[in-house]
Amino acid sequence: MIPLHYYLALSAALFAIGVVGVLTRRNAIIVFMSIELMLNSVNLTLIAFSAYLGNPVGQMLVFFVMTVAAAEAAVGLAIIIALYRNKQTVNIDEINILKW
Amino acid sequence: MDRYTIYITLLPFIGFLINGLFGKKLNSEKVSGIIGSGVVGISFVLSCLIFLQMLQSGAEDRLHTVQYFTWLAAGSLDICFAYQFDQLSIVMALIVTGVGFLIHVYSIGYMHRDPGFWRFFAYLNLFIFAMLTLVLANNFVLLFVGWEGVGLCSYLLIGFWHDRKFDKGTTSDAAKKAFIVNRIGDFGFLLGMFLIYKTFGSLNFDTVFPAASVFNQGDSTIFWITLLLFLGAVGKSAQIPLYVWLPDAMAGPTPVSALIHAATMVTAGVYMVARCSVLYALAPATMTVVAVVGAATAIFAASIGLVQNDIKKILAYSTISQLGYMFLALGVGAFSAGIFHLMTHAFFKALLFLGAGAVIHAMAGEQNIQKFGGLRSALPITHKTFLVAALAISGIFPFSGFFSKDEILCKAFDQGSLLYYLVGLGGTAMTAFYVFRLVSLTFQGEKRWEGDIHPHEAPKVMTIPLIILAVLSFIGGVAGIPESLGGHNALGHWLEPVFSVASNKLLFFPTVEGETLEYLLMIISLGVAIGGVLVARNIFLKRREVAMDLAKRWNRFYQLLSNKYYIDEIYDAAIVNPVVKGSERVLWLNFDIGIIDGAVNGTAKLIGVISQFVRRIQTGVAQGYALAFVVGIIFILGWLIFG
Repeated sequence: MIPLHYYLALSAALFAIGVVGVLTRRNAIIVFMSIELMLNSVNLTLIAFSAYLGNPVGQMLVFFVMTVAAAEAAVGLAIIIALYRNKQTVNIDEINILKW
Repeated sequence: MDRYTIYITLLPFIGFLINGLFGKKLNSEKVSGIIGSGVVGISFVLSCLIFLQMLQSGAEDRLHTVQYFTWLAAGSLDICFAYQFDQLSIVMALIVTGVGFLIHVYSIGYMHRDPGFWRFFAYLNLFIFAMLTLVLANNFVLLFVGWEGVGLCSYLLIGFWHDRKFDKGTTSDAAKKAFIVNRIGDFGFLLGMFLIYKTFGSLNFDTVFPAASVFNQGDSTIFWITLLLFLGAVGKSAQIPLYVWLPDAMAGPTPVSALIHAATMVTAGVYMVARCSVLYALAPATMTVVAVVGAATAIFAASIGLVQNDIKKILAYSTISQLGYMFLALGVGAFSAGIFHLMTHAFFKALLFLGAGAVIHAMAGEQNIQKFGGLRSALPITHKTFLVAALAISGIFPFSGFFSKDEILCKAFDQGSLLYYLVGLGGTAMTAFYVFRLVSLTFQGEKRWEGDIHPHEAPKVMTIPLIILAVLSFIGGVAGIPESLGGHNALGHWLEPVFSVASNKLLFFPTVEGETLEYLLMIISLGVAIGGVLVARNIFLKRREVAMDLAKRWNRFYQLLSNKYYIDEIYDAAIVNPVVKGSERVLWLNFDIGIIDGAVNGTAKLIGVISQFVRRIQTGVAQGYALAFVVGIIFILGWLIFG
């Protein structure tokens, strides 16, 4: 059986990739995908612990996260489309209207 | 008895609520007038019932305290909403409701077609409620509630026609003046109450007055208490130096002047001092102050009244002067004589004011007596009743004023000093003179008005109260005919239980002086009064040029009197202007604009300047914010793991 820390290491790596993606990429779609990656890395951690501890609560939580992520994907994509219609771009450097 | 005592004050309050809340909607003078005067009439009947009940019971059972609810309870302070019915308060309640009822009825005629008719009756009812609370209260706090309540009503009613011109300003200015001047007196009253609580640990009459007897005569605490309370009385009862508001209070409708500024409210100070007679008896120094202020006011105000031309102003100065007599009586320890004069004065002064109101009504608002003359034929009832009141206030036998004023002068001579007596006598002469100057110039002689004015007698609703008050002014003296004239001084004996403690404390006992002396004093004061009447009639009916001559020869003195000794101007220059100008130029321009506004605006500016730098952090780049989150999380994690 694969030891627990393998899963955790993979999950941490995926999460770090997600964070770096969110922070460094300029395309809103890619930033969005990175967020999804972070969510899934967390899901992986939950599943791993659930299997390790024999506790189904972790799996239940994952279903919640997947549901929320689906809803969030719908809203997020809608926002990106709305942004594109207004600004003709999805480059987030040019979408800095959130300031004084 | 307890069950219906509360309705004496509750009914006028209900009348106030009905007229005040629904009067405008009802929009009916009939309904407002009937409710307004009806509730006071019922209060009067209830007061009479209690009075009759007191008459039937023995002298020692007459004091009756009715407790309705506990109003304030904090630590050792326990103040009840409780009324005290005793010989003094029932006399006051009868005067307030009786005279008040007549004036309410009169107002139905006087305020006819006034757009604020309902408002007027609402205020009058509220006044009656407050005044009854004042005289019936069994503790200082409740008395103070009534005290402030009547002050409020006085303010509202002086400024009733708030957009009308009066003197140099509007009636609102007069109302404000009355309120602010009274505030000075009320401040003293409040301090007096604090001192009473500190000294006695209670504010109930039935605790404080018995407890006072352990103090020695001349105790300095009692001296300060009585002096501070007297300051309140000086404000409310318009004595020197706080009398200046009362002449201006004539800006209100005439029934208000009759009810509030002649018969009832202004006598609240007299009542309060009489109520605290036990305390005053322990402070001979305050008694001297009371007597001196009273005597000085009596002659000072009377002298101003000699040359005024506004019919209501003459009566206002007359009221101040008569209140001075009452304080003179209190100051020499003749408490019941003061209350007796309060009662007769309520009758004849209310009558004088209502008569003046009928004249003003007939003359389309004119108030200058130089422009009247010969009104006797047009206003026969007003003329006759006015004459009764004028004879009563002048102190002509056998009208009521003779007995009450004579008792005061007798007591002033007997227990005070010759000086008090002579001052009082001088005031009597002046009173007779100015009242008959007023009567002569208004009702007698030839007509001096021009233009399209057709004076007519007032309607019945106004003349009937005049007639009733005339009867009272005539026979009111019966209550206090002295023994030497074959009477029983019934009022004096009735009030004796209330004042006996004080009388026993005083160094001088009220003794019956030699009868010959009493007759002599009566004849002197009667002679002086008749002399004043005759001189006034002679000058103003037959030889008016004498008056002009005198005014010319004594021009400076005449100017001094007709300008009221320039007291208003002196107060303006010494107190009002420094306060107003100081507020405008120093406090407003420097302190308000400079320091307070400067501090507020400066704070805002400082924050603005700092923000110019701080706001650069907000780039609007979402990834920058996300980076800050991540760095923050890393720090927190590091702290949790390694910290």
